[in-house]
Amino acid sequence: MIEIQNISKSFDGIEVIKDINIVFEKGKTNLIIGQSGSGKTVLLKSIVGLHDIDKGNILYDDIVFNTLDFEDKKQMRQKMGMLFQGGALFDSNTVEENVMFPLDMFTNMNFDEKRDRANECLKRVNIVNANHLYPDEISGGMKKRVAIARAIALNPKYLFCDEPNSGLDPKTAILIDNLIKEITVEYDMTTVVNTHDMNSVMEIGDKVMFIHNGEKWWEGTRDEIFNTENEELNNFIFASKLSRKIRDLEK
Amino acid sequence: MNLFFHIGRYFLLLKKVFTKPEKFKIFYKETINEIDKLGINSISIVAIISVFMGAVITIQTAYNTESPIYPAYLIGLTARDTLLLEFSSTIVALILAGKIGSNISSEIGSMRVTEQIDALEIMGVNSANYLILPKITAAVLFAPFLTLMSMVIGLFGGWIAGISTGVMTSQQYIYGIQYAFIPYYITYSLIKIVIFVFLITTISSYHGYYSYGGALDVGRSSTKAVVHSSIFILLFNVILTQLLLS
Repeated sequence: MIEIQNISKSFDGIEVIKDINIVFEKGKTNLIIGQSGSGKTVLLKSIVGLHDIDKGNILYDDIVFNTLDFEDKKQMRQKMGMLFQGGALFDSNTVEENVMFPLDMFTNMNFDEKRDRANECLKRVNIVNANHLYPDEISGGMKKRVAIARAIALNPKYLFCDEPNSGLDPKTAILIDNLIKEITVEYDMTTVVNTHDMNSVMEIGDKVMFIHNGEKWWEGTRDEIFNTENEELNNFIFASKLSRKIRDLEK
Repeated sequence: MNLFFHIGRYFLLLKKVFTKPEKFKIFYKETINEIDKLGINSISIVAIISVFMGAVITIQTAYNTESPIYPAYLIGLTARDTLLLEFSSTIVALILAGKIGSNISSEIGSMRVTEQIDALEIMGVNSANYLILPKITAAVLFAPFLTLMSMVIGLFGGWIAGISTGVMTSQQYIYGIQYAFIPYYITYSLIKIVIFVFLITTISSYHGYYSYGGALDVGRSSTKAVVHSSIFILLFNVILTQLLLS
């Protein structure tokens, strides 16, 4: 479980995240949704400690993460996995080496054990026969899946995904969404996903938080979201013609 | 104020860099890779420039000392001292600033803008230590070899040029490069190159590590890395010359 208590973050005097409170539950996929520029990525990067917050607290299973020193933060981060928007795979390493990287750094496994674990993770995300390819030789969807494999290599307790299906076709996007959902249940992780894709909300949103201009405007489940009276959220959900048409048909 | 900000941030980065590596086996492997990338790959450029510079120094010295008052062996002596005192350390360092400085800055900068550095941090890896320390170690270990090689090749270039243009005999050149030889000049040159490559690798890493934005900004960081490294090499050249030769 991750508990966010009144966190705020400013850049050059401009408050990007304003007093946000929320609890992300274990074993569930928790979604942060909002328009581009609403502060989702800053919030996610603040939660994982890539940005230092101005005020508030971030608790990982009752451990106050933001007050930990450099070494303790490093220890804590070994329990985290993160999927970045572009995958953030290491260019100079092959697919297999990318997945083996955290095992190289933080385990005392021998080479065969590391390779077996890497192959196990790659198989879990349906990557086969691509071990010796470099990131620029595989598709966008494969990059995301390899990044997921790398993120789960050390059996993390927390998984963070920053717009996991951006730049992917709808079918691949749903595959990635479902993979995240399955892995969350399988590893019993606390998963936090940043997205502005309503398909993701429908597919995997166990818990959803909507942020607007850096503030939390709404929190609920995917079933509750379509009955909300929150105007900003409605504008966001029904921004496309297609979604408005479906809403009108439903009515 | 901006200058103080950068100086402060540079030293804070160095503090992160000079910590115990996560795993010595990985650090060793990365250092070997960097020796290949930064050192071995620089041999050809240093060799080519050294042979031609040695030749040019010899021809120019011969042209400027074309008088019966000056003995011909003076050409060899001048070529030797120019190479040992200045060319093989300072000029080679300026060449390396252009070659490895831009390489380091663009490599680390690209990793920054594609969130690979963030990915390292999230895994719990000290990204500054993992990425930068092997580069500094490799450059500091390998640069003295490049300097020594530059001295030998430069002197050889001078010999070829002297003989082929007929400005002196082989015996006169060889006598000249041995005449009044001060071994300390080699030590002086090696001390300088070690400090210069430390400046190149750390300044370039600094600019790469704090890149932001996209490809344009990585290019800008790369340019800044080369310019700032070159300025600091020249500045430290004056300081070290005063400290080591006065």
